[in-house]
Amino acid sequence: MATLSLRNLQKSYGRTAVIHGVSIDVADGEFIVIVGPSGCGKSTLLRMVAGLEAITAGDLFIGADRVNDREPMDRNIAMVFQNYALYPHMSVAENMGYALRIAGKPKAEIAARVAEAARMLQLEPYLARKPRELSGGQRQRVAMGRAIVRDPSVFLFDEPLSNLDAKLRVQMRLEIKGLQRKLGVTALYVTHDQVEAMTLADRMIVMNAGVAEQIGTPLEVYERPATVFAAQFIGSPAMNMLDGTGEGRQVRLANGVAVPVAVEAQGPVKLGLRPEHLTRDETGPLTMQLRMAEPLGANTLVHGTMEGVPGDVVASLPGVHREDDLPSVIRFSIPPEATHVFDAATERRI
Amino acid sequence: MDKRVTFKGLWLPLLLVAPQAVVTAVFFFYPAGQAIWQSLFIPDPFGLSMQFVGLGNFEYLLGNSYYRASFVTTAIFSVSVTLLSMGIALYLAVLADRLIKGSGTYRTLLIWPYAVAPAVAGVLWMFMFNTRIGVVSWYLGQLGYDWNHVLNGGEAMGLVVVASAWGRISYNFLFFLAGLQAIPKSVIEAAAIDGARFWTRFRTIVWPLLSPTTFFLLVVNVVYAFFETFGVIHTITAGGPQQSTTILVYKVYADGFVGQDLGSSAAQSVILLLVVGLLTVIQFKYIERKVHY
Ligand SMILES: Nc1ncnc2c1ncn2[C@@H]1O[C@H](COP(=O)(O)OP(=O)(O)O)[C@@H](O)[C@H]1O
Ligand SMILES: [Mg+2]
Repeated sequence: MATLSLRNLQKSYGRTAVIHGVSIDVADGEFIVIVGPSGCGKSTLLRMVAGLEAITAGDLFIGADRVNDREPMDRNIAMVFQNYALYPHMSVAENMGYALRIAGKPKAEIAARVAEAARMLQLEPYLARKPRELSGGQRQRVAMGRAIVRDPSVFLFDEPLSNLDAKLRVQMRLEIKGLQRKLGVTALYVTHDQVEAMTLADRMIVMNAGVAEQIGTPLEVYERPATVFAAQFIGSPAMNMLDGTGEGRQVRLANGVAVPVAVEAQGPVKLGLRPEHLTRDETGPLTMQLRMAEPLGANTLVHGTMEGVPGDVVASLPGVHREDDLPSVIRFSIPPEATHVFDAATERRI
Repeated sequence: MDKRVTFKGLWLPLLLVAPQAVVTAVFFFYPAGQAIWQSLFIPDPFGLSMQFVGLGNFEYLLGNSYYRASFVTTAIFSVSVTLLSMGIALYLAVLADRLIKGSGTYRTLLIWPYAVAPAVAGVLWMFMFNTRIGVVSWYLGQLGYDWNHVLNGGEAMGLVVVASAWGRISYNFLFFLAGLQAIPKSVIEAAAIDGARFWTRFRTIVWPLLSPTTFFLLVVNVVYAFFETFGVIHTITAGGPQQSTTILVYKVYADGFVGQDLGSSAAQSVILLLVVGLLTVIQFKYIERKVHY
C-alpha cells in the first residue's frame, strides 16, 4: 500500500511524442481509472509506471521513493495484462506462487498465500489445472490471484476485462472493485470503456492523444466536463455539441434560436447538451425533426436534426415511446444549469 | 478445428500424390529394398556371383571392432555437432530476439551458411585449416600451436564437428528465433514484474516454452549429423586419420565403394535404416505428446 505520484510524465519514441506530460497525486488505496480512446497512450502511461517502458521525462514516485530508474521487480507493483499473460506451462498454483518462489520464500508460506488468494477468488478447485484448461473468466481470476499473492503496493490493470463477454465483464468488474476495496491497495486501471471508468473509479484520468484532458471523480467529469473531448467521451449516448455564439447568458445557434445558459459567454462557442437533460416542452426553444426512435425499455432515444443546425441531435426521453406515437417535430427545453459551454477555439469549458 | 479439404472421386487425389509417390519409390523404396536384399549375400572377389549368407554380414559387423569403433565415433560426432550448432544458434537467437528491430538483418546474415553445400563448406574449412597454407593454422602456428588434423585424430574430429555444426547454425537459429518470438511478450514482462531477472526468466519461462522447438531440432540435427555430413567429412578428412572421423555413413561408402565389400556395406545401410526409423518414431511419439504443455 502506498501513494503514487506522477509528475509531468512524458514519453517519446524517437521524435514522436506519445505522452505529453501527465501529473496526478494518487492517495493510498485510491482507485484511479485511465480512460480514453484506443491509441491515446493509456497503456504506454501504465507501462511507464510498471517500469516496462522507460520514462522520457518527468518523475514517478511510489511512496516516498523516486522509482524512474528502478527495474519493474523493484517497484513492488503487480500488473494484470489484457491477455492475462499466464505462464502456460505452469499450473494455476504455480502461476500464482511464481513470484514468491523466485523470491525464495519457504514452500509452506507460498502454499498458504496461494491458498488464501485462491479462496478469495474461488479458484480452489482449479489449482492443479493448466491455464489452457480454464475459461476466460477463470484465467482472469488467476491473473488477479497472481497479483494479490505478491501483496504489492500498487495494482496495475491494462484493459483486464476486454476479452470477456458482456455478462462476465459486469461480474468481474464488481469483483475487482470489491477486492480492491477489501485489500485497500492503490490501483491504476486502464480501459477504453467509459461505463467501466464511471463504475470503478474513485477518480478518473480522461486521456486524449497523450494529454490528460481532465482528472476528477466520475461525477465531476460528468457534471462539469473540462473539455469538449471529456464532455463527449463520458456519458452515453454522447453529449450533443452545437456551434453557436455567446451573447452574455445565452447562446444563439446557427438557426437563430437562443438557448439560456448559466455562464457569461461571448463570441464563438460550442454548446453541449446531454441527451438525458433535454426535456419535452411544447413551449421550449429547441425543435427537432424526428428521424428515428429507439425504445430501450426504461427510456427511448430519439434521433433527429434541428433545422438550420448542422449535425444530428439525440435526446433521451423517459419511458417507452413508439416512433408512430411521436409527433414529427418535437420541442425541447433544457435548464440553463444543465448546459455546458465551451470556447470554440480552445475547446475548454467556460 | 478441422480444416481438411475433401475431394470427390479417386483420380484427382491419386494424381496429386503420384509425383511424391514416384519419387519415394524410385529414390527410397527401391534402393532400400536393394540394400536389404544385398545385405544377405557376399559377392565373390570378381563380382561374378553372389553367395547367400543370411544374417552373416550382420554377425560379422557386430563382431568387428572397427565397426563398433565407428559407432562410438558417430555418437561423439553427432552429439558434438548437435550441441555445438544448437547452442550457438540458441545464443544468437536470444540476442536477436532482444532487439527485434535488428533481427531481420541478423536473419539474412545468418541464413547464408545454410545455403552453402556441405562439400563446399568442407572445402572452405579445409582451406582455412590446411596444415601448409591455411590462415587459421598459420595463426595457430604463430601462437605456438602446431595444428595438424591430417595426423592428429582429435584435431580432425574437432574440425569436422565445427565445419558440420557451422552449416547448421542458421537453420537452428531460424527455428529458435521463431520459437522465441512465439512466446508472448507480456508473459516475459509478467515474469519480469514477478521478480525474475534475465537468467531466471530464461530458465523458468523461456526454456520450457521453447522445449517443442528444442526437441524438434534435436532430432533433426541428430539425423543431419548421422547422414548429411558425408560431404564435409569426405572433403576434409576422408574419414581419417586412422578412421578417427569415420562415422557410420562414411563407413558405408568406404567399405562399399572403396573397399568393394558390397554385402557388408549393404548390411551397414540396413542398420542405418533402422536407426533413422527409430529416431523418427521417437520424434513423432514425443512431439505429439510429451513436450506440449
Ligand atoms: N514501441 C512504439 N514505438 C512507437 N510508437 C509506439 C510504440 N508503442 C506505442 N506507440 C504509439 O503510442 C501511442 C499510444 O499507444 P498505447 O499506449 O498502446 O495506446 P492505448 O493503450 O491507449 O490504446 C499509439 O499511437 C502507438 O502507435
Ligand atoms: Mg492499450
